[in-house]
Amino acid sequence: MSVLEVKNLSLTLDGKKILDNLSLEFWEGYIHAVVGPNGAGKSSLASTIMGLNGYHNFDGDILFKGNSLKQVSIDERAKFGLTLSWQEPARFEGLSVSDFILASAKQKNKEIAENALNTVGLEPASYLFRSVDKTLSGGERKKIELASIMVMEPVIAMMDEPDSGIDIASIEKIFEVIKILKKRGTTIILITHSLAVLDQADHAFLICRGQLQDKGSVEKISQYFKSVCEPCDHKNKPDGTIQSIDKQNSDIFQVDKGEKDE
Amino acid sequence: MNNDYATARDLYQQTDSDADVLTDPEIAHLIVNHDKVLGMHGVPGLNIKTEQIEQGLNIEIDLESQHKINKPVHLCFGMLPERGTQRIEMKVNIGDNSSIAILAHCVFPRAIKVKHIMNAEILIGENAVYSYQEKHVHSDSGGVEVIPKAKIVVGKNSRFSTEFVLLKGRVGIIDVDYAAEGLEYSVIDMNARISGLQDDVIKINEQAYLNGEHSTAVLTSKIAVRDRARAQINNKIVASAPYARGHVDCKEIVQDQGVANAVPIVEVAHPKAHVTHEAAIGSVDNKQLETLMSRGISEDEAVEMIIQGLLSK
Repeated sequence: MSVLEVKNLSLTLDGKKILDNLSLEFWEGYIHAVVGPNGAGKSSLASTIMGLNGYHNFDGDILFKGNSLKQVSIDERAKFGLTLSWQEPARFEGLSVSDFILASAKQKNKEIAENALNTVGLEPASYLFRSVDKTLSGGERKKIELASIMVMEPVIAMMDEPDSGIDIASIEKIFEVIKILKKRGTTIILITHSLAVLDQADHAFLICRGQLQDKGSVEKISQYFKSVCEPCDHKNKPDGTIQSIDKQNSDIFQVDKGEKDE
Repeated sequence: MNNDYATARDLYQQTDSDADVLTDPEIAHLIVNHDKVLGMHGVPGLNIKTEQIEQGLNIEIDLESQHKINKPVHLCFGMLPERGTQRIEMKVNIGDNSSIAILAHCVFPRAIKVKHIMNAEILIGENAVYSYQEKHVHSDSGGVEVIPKAKIVVGKNSRFSTEFVLLKGRVGIIDVDYAAEGLEYSVIDMNARISGLQDDVIKINEQAYLNGEHSTAVLTSKIAVRDRARAQINNKIVASAPYARGHVDCKEIVQDQGVANAVPIVEVAHPKAHVTHEAAIGSVDNKQLETLMSRGISEDEAVEMIIQGLLSK
């Protein structure tokens, strides 16, 4: 049963088509991956689902448990149980880790924050009263953001590049947290171009140039991504020249004549 | 309990501080209401003299050399009446090899039209530490005008730090004007955190003159203006000695029809000196806002959290 449905979603920003008639169904309780090369439209998809500023003027619809999210503010979407972790988490000068985590929690209890920090592999005594600011590394802020999502107990957690800025030793911890969230009933949407992250999923969508290229098992998408996407020298350029891809021509990532690589 | 003591306690409790410090023999204090001393207590090495003047007091604080005051000295300048002017002329002398921390509260809880004028001259000897934290508690009427001015000389290898905090009640009008001179190896650290609402006016003019080799200064202002409040921050560091180092940092959050203006001035008059500055003025950062909102916090609550975070220490 799908908990979130993206229906014929098209998004144009500054005259450039970012998402092109995209339709995806996210099943409840699954770990889904949305995979694709850089610039494919993955983060824009997450931003549109979350309703971030600048991502409102889209065609199509986004349904959460069958209800349209059009005209629904970010905080209202979050109250429904939808949330997002950023590829590069925000810094909050003067806001303590404890206050930041507990802001998401249904019960404002210090022990909840401590448990969440322990789960993401951060020692509570060393972090609770620090500020979520530039004194923390990107990886630490990423873990703290995950802790804040854990205490929120969301219905759907979208995670944009969850391994970005994380050291190798910590990646397994992040993956462990993703599985804990799943076990608690949260539907996960991993936005990634990393095969290691893709491997954590139960099901995957492959998008390129804002369009759905394929969907199915992780093995299938992973194999396709490795054999077709990674060797492909096409760079997604959301430059307004997106064309529908002629699958009969098979080379779906062929660079248009005159289009320059980044 | 006599009336003055009861008034002093009443005044002090307005600051969210523990009024028991007024009875602790190890803690020096001076409590003033308008032009009257309500309570005063000294500790060895610290001499406090007061003299009543028109609409206020002359205050001399003298810390003898070789004295370290372990517990912060509490000063409380209050105006319990709704109207009036309070003028404080303060002279502070910190002896060599001495240290003191002063926690000053300025409390105008009922002010409708109150003016508080403070003129201070502060002389810090060698190898000394002087820390002055000034916390204001104002009424919600906006009828307070605060004009603190200070001239400070920071002696060789000494440290001067000041923190001006006004987060509770309306600012009214505040016009801070501090100028400090740093001698060799001295440290100047001036910090202001102020939240303005409605028609509040915030003016901060802080200057540090690094005249001694290896002297350093940091001027930090964190200001929030909401409604129609205005802020004008002019912070200046002049470095004219070898290895002098300075940094001016100004962060202002503007909401509603608020207006903020920051002019960091850095002047370097020696090739081996170095001064930097940064100023960030604008509305609440969108990513911060959206992060909190994506956790289920309303926009208004998220803005408040971000502003309180910025204004916190």
